[in-house]
Amino acid sequence: MSKIWDIHGGIHPAEHKALSLGGPIRTVPLPPTLILPLSQHIGAPAYPVVGVGDKVLKGQLIAAAKGFVSAPVHAPSSGVISAIEEQTVPHVSGMKAPCIVIQTDGNDSWIEHSANPDYRQKTAAELVALIGDAGITGLGGAGFPSAVKLQPRQPINTLIINATECEPYITADDQLIRERAADILIGIDILAHILGRPERILIGIEDNKPEAQQALASALKNSGNTDNAGAIEVVEFPTKYPSGGEKQLIQILTGEELPSGKLPAELGIVCQNIGTTHAIYRAICHGEALISRLTTVTGQACGKPGNFEVLIGTPVAHLLKEAEFDAQRCPKLIMGGPMMGFALPDTSVPIIKSSNCLLATTAEESPPPPPAQACIRCGHCAEVCPASLLPQQLYWHAQSKNYERLEAHHLADCIECGACSYVCPSSIPLVQYYRAAKGEIRLIAEEKRQSDRARARFEHHQARVEQEEKDKAAKREARKLAAEAAKAKREAEAEIAAANPQAALDASPSAGANDSGELDIVQAALARVAAKKASPEDQRKRFERAIETTAARLQKAQQVLAAMASDDSAEQQIKRDQQRASVEQARLRHQEAKNKLAAIETDQAANGPGDIAAKPATTNTASADPGLDRAAAAIARAQKNAAEQASMSPQQKLQKQRDALEKRLGKAQTRLAQAESEGSEQVEAFNHAVATLSEKLKAADLELASGSQDSGPAKVQTHTTEDSN
Amino acid sequence: MALTRNSSPHAHGPRSTQWVMQQVLIATVPGLIVLTSFFGIGTIINILIASITAIGCEAAVLKLRQRPIGFYLRDYSALVTAVLLGLALPPLAPWWLAVTGTAFAIIIAKHLYGGMGFNPFNPAMIGYVVLLISFPLQMSAWLAPSGLVIDGTVAATPGLRDALQIVFAGNAIDGFTAATPLDAFKHNSGLLVENFYQQTPQFNQGRWAGFGWEWVNIAFLLGGCYLLGRKVFTWHAPVGMLGGLTLMALFNYDGGSSASNGSIIFHLLSGATMFGAFFIVTDPVTSATSNRGRLIYGALIGVILFLIRSWGNYPDALAFGVLLMNFAAPFIDYYTPPRTYGHGKSGTIIHRSKED
Repeated sequence: MSKIWDIHGGIHPAEHKALSLGGPIRTVPLPPTLILPLSQHIGAPAYPVVGVGDKVLKGQLIAAAKGFVSAPVHAPSSGVISAIEEQTVPHVSGMKAPCIVIQTDGNDSWIEHSANPDYRQKTAAELVALIGDAGITGLGGAGFPSAVKLQPRQPINTLIINATECEPYITADDQLIRERAADILIGIDILAHILGRPERILIGIEDNKPEAQQALASALKNSGNTDNAGAIEVVEFPTKYPSGGEKQLIQILTGEELPSGKLPAELGIVCQNIGTTHAIYRAICHGEALISRLTTVTGQACGKPGNFEVLIGTPVAHLLKEAEFDAQRCPKLIMGGPMMGFALPDTSVPIIKSSNCLLATTAEESPPPPPAQACIRCGHCAEVCPASLLPQQLYWHAQSKNYERLEAHHLADCIECGACSYVCPSSIPLVQYYRAAKGEIRLIAEEKRQSDRARARFEHHQARVEQEEKDKAAKREARKLAAEAAKAKREAEAEIAAANPQAALDASPSAGANDSGELDIVQAALARVAAKKASPEDQRKRFERAIETTAARLQKAQQVLAAMASDDSAEQQIKRDQQRASVEQARLRHQEAKNKLAAIETDQAANGPGDIAAKPATTNTASADPGLDRAAAAIARAQKNAAEQASMSPQQKLQKQRDALEKRLGKAQTRLAQAESEGSEQVEAFNHAVATLSEKLKAADLELASGSQDSGPAKVQTHTTEDSN
Repeated sequence: MALTRNSSPHAHGPRSTQWVMQQVLIATVPGLIVLTSFFGIGTIINILIASITAIGCEAAVLKLRQRPIGFYLRDYSALVTAVLLGLALPPLAPWWLAVTGTAFAIIIAKHLYGGMGFNPFNPAMIGYVVLLISFPLQMSAWLAPSGLVIDGTVAATPGLRDALQIVFAGNAIDGFTAATPLDAFKHNSGLLVENFYQQTPQFNQGRWAGFGWEWVNIAFLLGGCYLLGRKVFTWHAPVGMLGGLTLMALFNYDGGSSASNGSIIFHLLSGATMFGAFFIVTDPVTSATSNRGRLIYGALIGVILFLIRSWGNYPDALAFGVLLMNFAAPFIDYYTPPRTYGHGKSGTIIHRSKED
């Protein structure tokens, strides 16, 4: 027996566990409808991969995981997808969320699936992938995707299996262990294999489940399947709520406290719920995705409470019927336990992966909370708090919305176990205050993050604009200086000319001394241009060089961007944005250089090679300038367009506009797809753009349609008029 | 039927504020019995007058504040204040003493600060101090415990009829009063403690710490142990106070010279020590919040109690000690937050803000 530690606080509410432990696990008849929320786990919701009307088989993937922290959803039985729509989901807020609805066909026919009983031949990565693909999430209540937990960055020396089940009423894990201990041990062995055989494997269980402990002990004795069965240890500890919290269980079994904000893996620990190990066993050794679970249906309002093997997605009403639920006697229906569960808005919501219990309470069992009285600072809340917080101080500060103080009092470390509310003699709904305050703090933090980003962007932009201004000013200054120098020179020359008029006349035979300055400037400019344009070969070479250097720069910028850390801190994001901007700039430069070269080449082609050098006068004319050429071309194009439009019928015009819109929409959609695949921030903006464009397109279509009707045969109109008459 | 929805938890423990207050009232019974057996019906009369006043004042103020009267009266908090004040007043004190003290406690010390849970000072102690400062004569006229033999006469307490006349008609009680042991000890001049004990009837007829009073203290200790056993409060504040007092007495006893400040047992079983330790210091509203804080809070009350008893102008000083530390409770809280799970040293709240 390994040593156990005590946790601070805790309470001993009435257990009521015997209520649902009357018999074996019961099955539920196939419900006509299954409702599968896309988000039954912590992380990104899954996205549907089936459409309405599709036939699906039992175990078929119907919604795929999106991103790293996510989980797929599978069809729990065969049937037809009847809808993909918003439905009320089991959530504390009673909100609606996207669900896939399946009309079952009664055949319950499986999709082809492959078992891997020889899992020890597989690598950890392969097994983790199988677990992830099976859509397994923590079945204890939180619903964290299990595969994510099984890919720790740190070496793991302790695997903790949570069989605590410390909430009153719930007996799903207890019953599961009693009946399927051998399977659970295989599941644990799979986990041990994945985690590289940790030194210690501890099954933590409260001392109120002697039968389950017995079952585990005898299964351990008999297990031929698990070669390291000796390493698995069943650790019993005194019943106390909330011993089953991950942090609390770690402390009980190892004596270590999980530092605030850290993951168990950082202590070399992985925690898994014992129900999850069973699901993992099913997934690996039978190839079955997570499509059913064990749920306790209990409470005084149930005539026949018990534990049920129930398909995920089964409507609560269907399940309650099996337990002979009496709606008349049940003012409050709770999903989960009485301490941390949430009250359901109605019985149409489905059982999801994390639904460990349905608690149908009578008015006597869970009376409406009495009105809250003033806090008398008795301190019982602090005595029972497993996180050693000062709940009453948190309550004061939550009431006055003093978020700074709340954070100083470590509100974030509150696990919302409800022990403080349970003991509060003044019936203050403390946890509710904490939840609200936590939400508020999250919101403020998010707003701050966004405003920080916006500010950083603005400052970045400001700096850029300033730099441009400076550059321009510097150029202006340089020009001014040059002009002054030229003027001075001219004046000097004029003086000389005045002194020696003949020489001046010689120098500028066609103009008088007075306007010689202007002439000089023009000539100088012309000469400069001529020099520039004089050798197109040089020019070409220069552009080629420019292309090379810009290409190199572009490549480098892209490499830097790719190498940038992909974490989400605001600073990093700003840096990434900057880098993206510079990549874009480099790309533009590169493009420009290419364009110029192309222009020159076309020029050369038009004029014949070598001709330009021979005819400098031609190149000197404005028409040879590629930039001007392009402008002229654009003007010509615009004129042509205008002329075309003028000559077009309104119908054609509309058609053309519509085509343009369609083109734009196509472009926007590809961009959106790209942004989505990159997980870029701008997805929303693109989304919006696509929506607007498609709306415009629709409007254009409508207009077009009505236009064609208007201009269509007059008969139709007359006909309708007649009809209406 | 529509399903009700409220946030978790959906279960509640058996305790209510009402229950807590009831426990406190029950726990005063042994003390009340012993007080009555030594000092007669006076204490019960005090408590009755105080209770009626308290309920009347509470109801009136609640009405003025437009709060549900029945709901708040049922929390028994006004009654607890009244009973505690009634126990602390000298038996057979004039009726207006209890009325004034209680009214002040309920109206000013409790409701003007926001009512139940918001009062920074212990209302009963405020009432007591107001009376002690305003009416020192009446407040220091304690009866001689019945059975105490002074100069050959056996002290007896007046019967109900006499008692009522003394309380309501203002008949003199001079014939029944005597110095309390604390009083007597304070006026010891120049005798060794041992000799003083032998010469003074309060001590030579007592067992440990003065005739009658030692049993009063033991009775309140019993009541306190009951409350501890029912987990109405934790041991920290009372143990802190008794510990502080014990340590001070230990360091200042000096073996019983004429300048001695009294032995440990004398201090522990005299005056309001046990009553204070288990019924006043444990008032949750006005004390520190964390266990560590309550230990310090209690200990400092014990120290102040000893300081005033030994060197102050009053023979007993519980009320002053408690009120002074009521002031300091938020300050103590500030420096004694418990260490949160998963965090390093607890530090103070401000330091936490900085480190975050």
